[in-house]
Amino acid sequence: MLNTIIIIAAILILVILFAIFRVSSLVDVIKGDSSTKIPSSNGLQANLLLLFLIAGLIGGFYYSFGGLEDDFVLPVASKHGVITDTLFWWTMAITGVVFIVTHIFLFGFSWKYQHRKNQVAYFYPHNNKLEMIWTIIPAIVLAALVFTGWKAWMDITRESPEGSEVIEIMGYQYAWSVRYPGADNVLGDYDYLKIDATNQMGIDFSDRASFDDFIPREIHVPKGKPVRFNIRARDVIHSVYQPHFRLQMNAVPGMPTQFWFEPTKTTEEMRVETKNPDFQYELVCNKICGQGHFAMRYIIVVDELEDYKEWFKSQEPWLKQNADYLTEVPAKLREAASIVAGIENPSDLDAPNGLTISGSK
Amino acid sequence: MSITDIQVTDELVHGDDHHEEHHEQSFIFKYIFSTDHKTIAKQFLITGIFWAILGGGLSVIFRLQLGFPDMDMGFLQPFLGDWISNSGKLDPEFYLAMITMHGTIMVFFVLTAGLSGTFSNYLIPLQLGARDMASGFMNLLSYWFFFLSSVIMFISMFLSTGPASGGWTIYPPLSALPQAMSGSGMGMTLWLVSMVFFIASTLLGGINYITTVINLRTEGMTFRRMPLTIWAFFITAVLGLLSFPVLVACVLLLVFDRSFGTSFYLSEIFIGGEALPNLGGSPILFQHLFWFLGHPEVYIVILPALGITSEVISTNSRKPIFGYTAMIGSILAIAFLSFIVWAHHMFITGMNPFLGSIFMFLTLIIAIPSAVKAFNYITTLWKGNLVFTPAMLFSIGLVSFFISGGLTGLFLGNAAIDINLHDTYFVVAHFHLVMGSAAFFGLLAGVYHWFPKMFGRMMDEKLGYIHFWLTFVGVYLVFFPLHYIGIAGFPRRYYSFTNFDAFSSFVDLNSFVTVAAIITFGAQFIFLFNFFYNIFKGKKAPLNPWNSNTLEWTTPRIPEHGNWPGEIPKVYRWPYDYSKPGAKDDFIPQTVPYHQTKESNTDFENEESKKEQPAT
Repeated sequence: MLNTIIIIAAILILVILFAIFRVSSLVDVIKGDSSTKIPSSNGLQANLLLLFLIAGLIGGFYYSFGGLEDDFVLPVASKHGVITDTLFWWTMAITGVVFIVTHIFLFGFSWKYQHRKNQVAYFYPHNNKLEMIWTIIPAIVLAALVFTGWKAWMDITRESPEGSEVIEIMGYQYAWSVRYPGADNVLGDYDYLKIDATNQMGIDFSDRASFDDFIPREIHVPKGKPVRFNIRARDVIHSVYQPHFRLQMNAVPGMPTQFWFEPTKTTEEMRVETKNPDFQYELVCNKICGQGHFAMRYIIVVDELEDYKEWFKSQEPWLKQNADYLTEVPAKLREAASIVAGIENPSDLDAPNGLTISGSK
Repeated sequence: MSITDIQVTDELVHGDDHHEEHHEQSFIFKYIFSTDHKTIAKQFLITGIFWAILGGGLSVIFRLQLGFPDMDMGFLQPFLGDWISNSGKLDPEFYLAMITMHGTIMVFFVLTAGLSGTFSNYLIPLQLGARDMASGFMNLLSYWFFFLSSVIMFISMFLSTGPASGGWTIYPPLSALPQAMSGSGMGMTLWLVSMVFFIASTLLGGINYITTVINLRTEGMTFRRMPLTIWAFFITAVLGLLSFPVLVACVLLLVFDRSFGTSFYLSEIFIGGEALPNLGGSPILFQHLFWFLGHPEVYIVILPALGITSEVISTNSRKPIFGYTAMIGSILAIAFLSFIVWAHHMFITGMNPFLGSIFMFLTLIIAIPSAVKAFNYITTLWKGNLVFTPAMLFSIGLVSFFISGGLTGLFLGNAAIDINLHDTYFVVAHFHLVMGSAAFFGLLAGVYHWFPKMFGRMMDEKLGYIHFWLTFVGVYLVFFPLHYIGIAGFPRRYYSFTNFDAFSSFVDLNSFVTVAAIITFGAQFIFLFNFFYNIFKGKKAPLNPWNSNTLEWTTPRIPEHGNWPGEIPKVYRWPYDYSKPGAKDDFIPQTVPYHQTKESNTDFENEESKKEQPAT
């Protein structure tokens, strides 16, 4: 019933609008103002353009500097992020000035040179000097932007420094898995053919380095130390994105990528800075990857170095938690594997069914 | 029948005075399978309008989801069926399908076919003084391939598994594997088939535009006397001809990967509980091929709009376009550079960072010719005598969008800054302004400007003004705020932001944007009414309603097949002699010889006038 009324009301409104339109166009015909080719509201349009300029500038300034900037500028928490932010704000200053000046000219000229009866337009087909000026000046400004941007880019994308913490991140529909190298500080090999429901990351246990690798539930990184993410994906493209670190790199199936950065603020410090006691660094997927794309949240915790080391030591190797995977270790390495992973009773391994082992006790 | 007709006219292009043998055609050949460029242009326009409504409508639905995440969308169930759950929630996968279709429709069907297809077809013969396109039959095929492609894409939206949903850029493996999302099944197949027909259409059209511009210019219409519209359409066609075939290659390899077990783009994939056998492919290869088209494509979209704007701004400023040569030069420079900047879409895909720095350098160079264009438009306004027709307002709006969106390109083209902005709403704001809205405004400016020629009647000015102001202000209210949430790191293509603390702010801003989008979309219905109503009921148009110089205004009110009833007019001058000092009117059409305008000639032009044949 209500719907019917709404539909009837909408139709009535349309009919009324149409009637107004017809009446006004008939009035125009009677007035005969179609003889002149200058629109009757030419001056009004010019004024509206000027009004738009003024209202737009005021609105833009208010919105950009009226106290809301704290909301949309995220505090930066990495070393390179400070550099990219500086570049960002320099570019903002330059483009902001160009934006405002060009718009003042665009709408200002529109208003100033609106049609007047005895006004004659100035025949001004070209001026080579002027054109040279506004080709060369942007070229110089852009050269400056390119050069600073290029320097920063090369710096950010260079090889990670010696002694970086190396952490592997793998994206899949629709979550992240993270692997740490363990005590030997070397990540073991992986092979996508070894992936199964438990071994989500396809760790290859024929490589010694994988025995002590651990897979925690959240990422911990130390403050003030370079951290290198080795990034991969196992099904479709994902993208590792963390806006506070100004960090982003795609995770591509079949093509490992990497990104290194140096965190400068612990989670605790950020909680104080943002006045949000629940603040967490959130890892985000930023490349369309399917219907759960919007829900690939993963927590990154930035610790002080000592806390990080402690946390690192307290983690159990994945192999220890899933000791039945010892069967995938080549026979001659099994003893070494159980020692490295800290599995206490590996003797049952020779039994035909390795699944009986419960190593974590 | 109509084919031979065209061939006859082609031979008669230059100076033939017995082209009165016009014969009545049956309805089908006159309006449906027509080879007349004017009819084909209108077909492109109407199809484009249909797609624009659909594409815009989709954006309103997904904006509702973003602006009002808790809304009960049950009322959409009659249209969307199972894509709305019983609790009134939009299906997350259909959300992705809608953004994919919105992008595909807008970029390809509206702003490529709808814009180039309409105005290149309509204006190239009329502004050059040709009876029709070089090949009317190819032109007919061009439209009908587009129509076929449209039908296939439209059908794909009704599949139970949904249309393609991996984003309009259809990056594999997501688009290659039906296991990854249901839209990558039949929906994706139809998308690929549709695009192949679409590309065929674009190529047939493009070859025609290029040939016509090179071969069928009327006497006196040298390249230096061509209106900037034609220059823009010409270069656009060249761009399309060089870049679209690469998309075919790109898409064909994807078809092989999808259907025939090859591994061009696939490697080491474990999905749906099983490891796939594909090894050695590279998803990055797809991105290189895709953006090799994709980047020229954005210029294919914007250049015709800039060409239209040049013409409209010059005419309505009553002033020559400032820097005609520089405008042509910048079109050429943009066209050339557009082929060597594609990888700026890929800075953070894992591509070698060294490549990234090369592409950053090339990308920022392309800002220079773009800046020249903007400055030249503004200088054209300076000391003009501006007439604000709706077309003029839309052109000024275009320049504003082109500047706003172009400037944010300097952020995204800078690889270091792009790290944090890539794939956020900042990018959404950037390209919606610089190519989406700007090109759309070019399309609207063109419709308002050439409607009197197309249909012999005038559109209503007042409705045009209301349409302009609602749309112009609306577009800024929609896209300007998106920069802010982009800086805040909001990722694009998100169904909802509530999962993240970092993105849980700005709920009211998102609602505001949605309301603005609905109003902007609603304002387009004013245009639709104005357009369709005045085709039939509009005031009859005078022959040259805007006092313009170009050739199309020398045709009869409704040009018949063949455009000019008698001889094709000759051209004696460039198209921008507005407000020439000494001239009695503020415009001198291209058909007026120099020896008739002694009072306004320069010395050089007086020399030229001696060479002219006295007019008969």
